[in-house]
Amino acid sequence: MSETEQAGEEAVGTETLPLDSWHRAKGGRMVEFAGYWMPIQYEGIMAEHLWTRENAGLFDVSHMGQLAVSGDGAAEALEALVPGDISALKPGRMRYSLLLNEEGGILDDLMVTNEGDQLGIVVNGAVKWEDIGHLREYLPDDITLNHKDDHGLLALQGPKAVDALARLVPEAAGLLFMQYMRAAWNGHAIGISRSGYTGEDGFEISLPNEALAAFANALCAMDEVKPIGLGARDSLRLEAGLPLYGHDLDEEIDPVEGDLAFAISKRRREEGGFPGAARILGHLEGGAPRKRVGLLVDGKLPVREGAKLFDGNTEIGVVTSGGFAPSVGAPIAMGYVPRDHAVPGTAIAAEVRGKRVHCTVAAMPFIPHRYVRKQGG
Amino acid sequence: MPRYYTEEHEWIDVDGDVATVGITDFAQGQLGDIVFVEVPDTGAELSAGGDAAVVESVKAASDVYAPVDGTVTEGNGQLEEDPALVNSDPEGEGWFFRMTLSDKSQLDGLMNAEAYKAFIADL
Repeated sequence: MSETEQAGEEAVGTETLPLDSWHRAKGGRMVEFAGYWMPIQYEGIMAEHLWTRENAGLFDVSHMGQLAVSGDGAAEALEALVPGDISALKPGRMRYSLLLNEEGGILDDLMVTNEGDQLGIVVNGAVKWEDIGHLREYLPDDITLNHKDDHGLLALQGPKAVDALARLVPEAAGLLFMQYMRAAWNGHAIGISRSGYTGEDGFEISLPNEALAAFANALCAMDEVKPIGLGARDSLRLEAGLPLYGHDLDEEIDPVEGDLAFAISKRRREEGGFPGAARILGHLEGGAPRKRVGLLVDGKLPVREGAKLFDGNTEIGVVTSGGFAPSVGAPIAMGYVPRDHAVPGTAIAAEVRGKRVHCTVAAMPFIPHRYVRKQGG
Repeated sequence: MPRYYTEEHEWIDVDGDVATVGITDFAQGQLGDIVFVEVPDTGAELSAGGDAAVVESVKAASDVYAPVDGTVTEGNGQLEEDPALVNSDPEGEGWFFRMTLSDKSQLDGLMNAEAYKAFIADL
């Protein structure tokens, strides 16, 4: 028996995260991911996935890069590299954006937060060093870029996340989706945003490395909280229709093709001035030749990354993420198809081990988002 | 009925010239939640070490190899409806396929239960 789709080679120079021994003590099965040893699962991906949708799951995402940009004109400087309206971002607000290359291809997807005195940026772990290099190269010299590598990041996700977190930091319950605040816990300065990557309500909490284990223990001592591994993080985000950089997005794909046009702010559409604006604005105007779509898969055979997509005998695209979706109860996938196939309901086929599997292009998310956008709502 | 084990974490029960093949409890534990199993067609000719079946967990697809040479006489149809049988009863109801044995001497190279237990203890 051998795994055919998981990279099995021993990684050289794999680093440990601050909570490494904490994960191992909790029974986490550690795998190499983005240059770090990380827990793929504790009790099992299916159980952890369903737990997060019903209760609250704690994810260690300390592999991600936590950056800060500051200095006069920091927002304007960042706008030269991303298509979001960063200047209009009010203190305590965050937004999803994209680091673009000159051709409009996506170098990374990221979160930008106006923390008041600086812009916080959270980038993907797998490309954080490339991102830091890019920002250092392209931001003006009088803008300061700080890598907060003395901080870890925890995500608490699920419908009961707010109850759990409010026991430790009561004021966090007052945040709405994509809002941020600074707070204190046990004498530590922490940052909290109501955000995440599961489609559920939840929070991301940035803490000094030395506070991570105590905070994680305080949460996991609560009945509604369990630690959740990378495996369920992947299946949860797939059901939520959220792309994973390096799989569903890369340097060849622009935001319109990636179905991320919402990240191109209105003012930026009018004014341009971001990398690859000509291509991206052209695609906004006239449509992109291909588009990221969701796929509902007939039957039980999982359709995974790399599977070719067909309309009849014509190869039309490729699957970029896919697998069994625990909350859907069936396999789902996302991938790229030509724009005339990117209409929900379009019947296509995926090829898995020489067999054709029927798929239907589907609107995403597969499981409705449950973000809290207004109090009491 | 003697049971043999492979280093690829398959078990094989031998009854005369016919063998039943599945994956071990250790293997299912490593794979996690099984969501799909593809068993070989009846009549398929297998050779030791060659691909015989595919087992898919939530996270990945894994090949299951033929432990010995032979011809498939039956795949476990129950796994199509209930792949999780491989998790709940891997060395019983969760068997993958049955096959005839072309060369019983190939069994000599496999492990018994005690040797397999020692093998996985060293992993």
